[in-house]
Amino acid sequence: MYTGKIRQILLITDGCSNQGEDPIAMAALAKEQGISVNVIGVMEQDVIDEKGMTEIEGIAMSGGGVSQIVYAQALSQTVQMVTRKAMTQTIQGVVNRELQQILGRSQTIEDLPPEKRGEVMEVVDELGETVELEVLILVDTSASMKHKLPTVKEALLDLSLSLNARTGDNQFAVFVFPGKKNDVEKILDWTPKLQSLTSIFSQLTTGGITPTGPAIRTALSSFNSKRSLRSLMTGDDESFLEESM
Amino acid sequence: MMMNHSLKSRCKVAPGTVITGKWHSNKYTVIKELGYGANGIVYLAKFKNSQVALKMSDNGMSITSEVNVLRSFAKVQGSTLGPSLLDVDDWKSSRGQISFYTMEYIQGPDLMTFIQNKGRSWTTVLFLQLLNDLNKLHENGWVFGDLKPENLIVTGPTPKIRCIDVGGTTIQGRAIKEFTEFYDRGYWGLGTRKADPAYDLFAVAMIMINTAYPKRFNKTTGGISQLREAIRRQKDLQTLEKVILKALQGHYTNALQMRTELMSLAMSSQKPSSVNQSMASNSTSTIQPQKVNQTGSQPKTRQNYRKKKKKSRWAETVIITMSLTLLYFLYIFQKLL
Ligand SMILES: Nc1ncnc2c1ncn2[C@@H]1O[C@H](COP(=O)(O)OP(=O)(O)OP(=O)(O)O)[C@@H](O)[C@H]1O
Ligand SMILES: [Mg+2]
Repeated sequence: MYTGKIRQILLITDGCSNQGEDPIAMAALAKEQGISVNVIGVMEQDVIDEKGMTEIEGIAMSGGGVSQIVYAQALSQTVQMVTRKAMTQTIQGVVNRELQQILGRSQTIEDLPPEKRGEVMEVVDELGETVELEVLILVDTSASMKHKLPTVKEALLDLSLSLNARTGDNQFAVFVFPGKKNDVEKILDWTPKLQSLTSIFSQLTTGGITPTGPAIRTALSSFNSKRSLRSLMTGDDESFLEESM
Repeated sequence: MMMNHSLKSRCKVAPGTVITGKWHSNKYTVIKELGYGANGIVYLAKFKNSQVALKMSDNGMSITSEVNVLRSFAKVQGSTLGPSLLDVDDWKSSRGQISFYTMEYIQGPDLMTFIQNKGRSWTTVLFLQLLNDLNKLHENGWVFGDLKPENLIVTGPTPKIRCIDVGGTTIQGRAIKEFTEFYDRGYWGLGTRKADPAYDLFAVAMIMINTAYPKRFNKTTGGISQLREAIRRQKDLQTLEKVILKALQGHYTNALQMRTELMSLAMSSQKPSSVNQSMASNSTSTIQPQKVNQTGSQPKTRQNYRKKKKKSRWAETVIITMSLTLLYFLYIFQKLL
């Protein structure tokens, strides 16, 4: 169900999970709750890890999101692009569903003549600019990620720069896995400002297993607890889409 | 940038392929590939004896989005902001439906290639043209967004700069749709990614820097200090320093302010060059006269100066002779009457 907000998990990892639930199944679970899972695979130059890549694509596919393999240097531009693309994709999905209700079954944007598509696109653009966005960032801090973390930090600050240029509100939360005590650890609770990440990131320790599946599951419950709190306060979630259509 | 491999191969078509539109039934014959980027592939194609550029993408929405921008540009009077839009359609290929649009084919080298071939003396002229076009675009509520040398083509026969690829073009006040790090003020820590005219002017300044650093450079410390340093290291940029720095710091709120100041810099740095020198299509011709302006102690400079003096003395002689002759004729005429 669409609730007037876009929820995304952004998973930044460099390889294969080796602990706990199947991350692809957990991504499917996220999708069922209307949360898309996007994955960025950070690779070393010239190292192509087939198995890791398959998992990365699998998670994004079953999580209804976008995936991209990238070298560490190109991370910033990719993180913002993937987030944006995923957001547009979600909005498009919503608009398509609305269209189907208006025009009858199996009608999508692509079935409209090109002239009509322009107007629909304007709505998609408008929504992309104004919609409330919740991004939960899930960072792999297993040993192999150690020297990539400064780049990840840069990329996340860059992401907040891109998203904060929008008119709509943003909420960010950052989780890392494996955590100090548990599989997953929350290092930044929901906040509109990602900048506070800078100091936290420098204190991060890396090492250990890669429990990607459990990490996604925990992330989901963080959305859920947030939702139940918020839904008490706001009740007009769905109305704005109809207004702007 | 990263490129989705499946996307690229689906839009990959061989020369000779005929692309027929599903809605408007126009037929386009692919001649060759012109280039590709994150959003699709652009082909040169033949349509009824004329050449058009055809852009196709797996992502129908990005095509629709660019078409929206080009449609809006078409309403701007006498505009040469982007390529003019010709047709929008879908093609039912063997690999599925692909959205495409056709536009005016803008023929010519990109900005960097042009400057490398024709010499730096053209740069200022082209930037003045660009700023004029940007001003029109801004006046109509847009920001170009992804401004970079690859998206600037110089057409002929009289060189004229044109912008292609409106993928980043954004309504003012919204978040920039697409950008390239080196030309993005956010990347350098010098501003937001909210679309305003100054966003484009920052990119123009970076393109100016780029002309002296064709390979670009990476961010180290970032911020204005790194860029100022880069400007000061290149003679070609030093003369433009004032304008570049102001644009980088967002001191111009519209393109015409920047254009006016660039123009006056161009005039003041060209004045001391003797006519014979600027006529020579030598690529270094603009550099030497600029030095003249700054330091008078260099041997070259003095030589230039003397030459100029000699020349003006000669001109004096000619003028005096001519006026004397004129007076003489008047005198004769009077006598005759
Ligand atoms: N109208 C045109 N006339 C001539 N050449 C063109 C035209 N449009 C595009 N091209 C060529 O095709 C290339 C790719 O086009 P374009 O930049 O529109 O693609 P893109 O996928 O949006 O790229 P990017 O990743 O830079 O956003 C250009 O660099 C240019 O060389
Ligand atoms: Mg583009």
